[in-house]
Amino acid sequence: MEETPQVKELSGEARAAAAAYEIISEKFGDAITPLDANPTMPFFEVTDAERWLEIALFMRDNPHLRFTYLACLSGMDYPDEGKLGIVCNLESLGEHDHRLAVKVRCDRDNAVIPTVARVWKTAEWHEREAYDMYGITFSNHPDLRRILCPEDWEGWPLRKDYKVQESYHGIQVPY
Amino acid sequence: MQELPKAEHRSVRVTPNGKNRVVIEKDLSSEEMILNMGPQHPSTHGVLRLECKTDGEVVVEAEPYLGYLHRCFEKHAEMVDYPGIVPFVDRMDYLAAMNSEFAYCIAVEKLLDIEIPRRVEFLRVIVAELNRIASHLVAIGTYAIDLGAFTPFLFCFRDREHIMSLLEWASGARMLYNYIWIGGASYDFPKGMQKRIDEFVTYFRPKALELQRLLTENEIFVKRTKGIGMMPADVAVNYGWSGPMLRGSGVEWDLRRNDPYSIYPELDFKVCVPDGKHSEIGDSLSRHLVRAYEMEESLNIIEQCLDKMPAAEEGFNPRAAIPKRIRPKAGEVYGRAENPRGELGFYIVSDGKSTKPVRCKARSSCFVNLSAMKEMSMGQLIPDLVAIIGSIDIVLGEVDR
Amino acid sequence: MMLSNHFPIPMSMSLNSWSDALSQWHLFGLPLGLVVIAAIPLVFIALYALTYGVYGERKISAFMQDRLGPMEVGKWGILQTLADILKLLQKEDIVNTNADKFLFVIGPGILFVGSFMAFAVLPFGPAFIGADLNVGLFYAIGIVALEVVGILAAGWGSNNKWALYGAIRSVAQIVSYEIPAAIAILCGAMMAGTLSMQQFSILQQGEYGFLHFFLFQNPIAWLPFLIYFIASLAETNRAPFDIPEAESELVAGYFTEYSGMKFAVIFLAEYGSMFMVSAIISVVFLGGWSSPLPNIGSFALNDWTTGPVWGAAWIVLKGFFFIFLQMWLRWTLPRLRVDQLMYVCWKVLTPFAFVAFVLTAVWEIYMK
Repeated sequence: MEETPQVKELSGEARAAAAAYEIISEKFGDAITPLDANPTMPFFEVTDAERWLEIALFMRDNPHLRFTYLACLSGMDYPDEGKLGIVCNLESLGEHDHRLAVKVRCDRDNAVIPTVARVWKTAEWHEREAYDMYGITFSNHPDLRRILCPEDWEGWPLRKDYKVQESYHGIQVPY
Repeated sequence: MQELPKAEHRSVRVTPNGKNRVVIEKDLSSEEMILNMGPQHPSTHGVLRLECKTDGEVVVEAEPYLGYLHRCFEKHAEMVDYPGIVPFVDRMDYLAAMNSEFAYCIAVEKLLDIEIPRRVEFLRVIVAELNRIASHLVAIGTYAIDLGAFTPFLFCFRDREHIMSLLEWASGARMLYNYIWIGGASYDFPKGMQKRIDEFVTYFRPKALELQRLLTENEIFVKRTKGIGMMPADVAVNYGWSGPMLRGSGVEWDLRRNDPYSIYPELDFKVCVPDGKHSEIGDSLSRHLVRAYEMEESLNIIEQCLDKMPAAEEGFNPRAAIPKRIRPKAGEVYGRAENPRGELGFYIVSDGKSTKPVRCKARSSCFVNLSAMKEMSMGQLIPDLVAIIGSIDIVLGEVDR
Repeated sequence: MMLSNHFPIPMSMSLNSWSDALSQWHLFGLPLGLVVIAAIPLVFIALYALTYGVYGERKISAFMQDRLGPMEVGKWGILQTLADILKLLQKEDIVNTNADKFLFVIGPGILFVGSFMAFAVLPFGPAFIGADLNVGLFYAIGIVALEVVGILAAGWGSNNKWALYGAIRSVAQIVSYEIPAAIAILCGAMMAGTLSMQQFSILQQGEYGFLHFFLFQNPIAWLPFLIYFIASLAETNRAPFDIPEAESELVAGYFTEYSGMKFAVIFLAEYGSMFMVSAIISVVFLGGWSSPLPNIGSFALNDWTTGPVWGAAWIVLKGFFFIFLQMWLRWTLPRLRVDQLMYVCWKVLTPFAFVAFVLTAVWEIYMK
């Protein structure tokens, strides 16, 4: 998502996010992209998905960052680039006043991202939902199975190229 | 915080008051029974299925199974334009529809970057707070009925009827309003509405107090809920809890105060956190007390809004600021608001070209609050399981979307 | 205790005269009179359960909850219960395929029989009692234990885990609460010196009306009265002890799988038990069929309101008063959890029952 030129005056929120990004990029500069400081949702992307778990643990445990609260982990489909991904909205609840978003992408055919369910317990269900809707496999997830669709549903519903199945246990699905 | 061992290798026994949890490692023994609190059950507040492994009366594990009310909100949102998503949002958390619409409109307005007329801001906050009171009334009433007290349920619903009538007068519908639109509201308050809301506030204050006393001064109710379903603050944050659940664990976090939106910075209200005098911090009774006290705070907010609200000039149109075509620039946003059940957030991605979102993910509060069910229910008795579910205050429409 | 010393009997009917007369009545050599004696309490239970039981409970609960209750069927909904009974009668009788048919079918039967058999010793007035046993009270308390078998049969025979849970909880509850109940009633028996139900009522008969009631004859009598009242709530599975039929947890407890007439029988058994424990507590502590009105000077209210028909009316009224109390409590209090229930029984009621027992014995021996 290309961004319009950055606003000269950064708001307090954006400054805090940038400061937090600085600390992360010091340690993991080679595995992440530069901060995309757009006014609505500053984020950075993790280019090396293998190190995502490490980065997540660092973001949670580092005393200057303390991103203790994972507000939302959404699956995302990028059909033009042939990739899937997740977008995590993190916040430091009650300790520091910064929030940041992190994106991790993977290929469509072999969609594997390491799990952060052991870092933020809330991610367990969010990742199950991303698996259910997009088919992203989260490696080392404690309990990866469908959560909203029935267990034997076929296909990944929220993908842009999803075609609904013809019948489910004898019930005609498309109307 | 270390990684916790997998759930299936742990079995916890507790003494009945919830303290002194002792961890015993054991496998599924032959005395364990699998009990299904099925999708249809009087006390699961909707179509939730809980599969409980029980050892006598003690629950070894209670695992929620979702999806019985999944209505593909996110897929619909990609096919419908931005204003058309508002009725869908209503139907997710149908007990707090105004608050849900509020959260969605805030998220889209951040992308659009428009200015809302001041009177419309006040309209929005008043209906949102009225709906918060209505939602808490349902939560308290159904919690009481789960524990066997049949009467407070009817008192709560009697008072909720008044709120439903007020909201019907404002928006035309009793429960699913489609009132708060992106960039404004659908109708202005009718003449005389402010006076009626004022009357309701005066009427309801003593009733809220009576409700509190009927339940919280009741020895049996306290015994059933005190010390049940304990959740320490740091674990709660790690589970992503928000709203009354998090405040019940002692964390002073309210999005209206900590990440303010609309005109909340101008309003004076307390963030209700239990003080540990009547209940233990982190138990079901604390969460219930937070909801009970929050109703009073909502009344204060409504009163202040009625005072500060600018009068409607001649020809005031609440839809004036709504753009003809809602086509946000390319970008993404995570906008959120404080629902009665917690934080309802919308992650919206727009590609700048179409009037429909590329992605509209609803981060629902109940979904996240319910994920801790497995841990909270370990080692509890079956009646306590009912008490815990009631204190989470789930609405399956929001859990499953 | 000679009867004639205590009260003149209008209509010149002596004690148990009606039941004695009926038991002698034979028709074509068949003891039809005995059948009529057994049928009268049955008809009474049916009538009272239909009118006061179901309709009264719905109306009372409605008014307590700020609503109206049944209003459609008949004026003020009076015919509502009749409509419900007609509906239940014509329902399909469903028995689960995997259910233990024999237990499933006899469960409600045993339940009702256990509850109904205690009516044999309830005195409906001075002239009528099913069986004037001289161990009437002992029999009444003991025969209720038969209900436990019925509940277990119903719960197990339903082949439903929820029903089983409800049945087991109920059995534990009833069996445990029989102890404080029995000890509390024993206090009353000590005050009377007899176990015969008719004698209880006779002993509490006097010209000062309610002052002769055992509740007021003894400074400690309120304690066994209270203990028995609470224990009787547990015996009949009423709130706050209605965990076995906890609607919001176990759907309907041990009678989840029952529909139609069997369900009606279980319901009837519950209302029958409610009246029975109310009648027992009225007989033991509140005078049974004796009139509570005192003779004030020339207004011999007590004499005017005593007699076979008046007696029947008094015991029914006192029973109904306690039933009202039970309903009131049901709609006010949440329910106790199973372990809290057991705690109340064993660690609160039983010790206090023993204390009451000792104090009553002391009073009877030394103070009287």
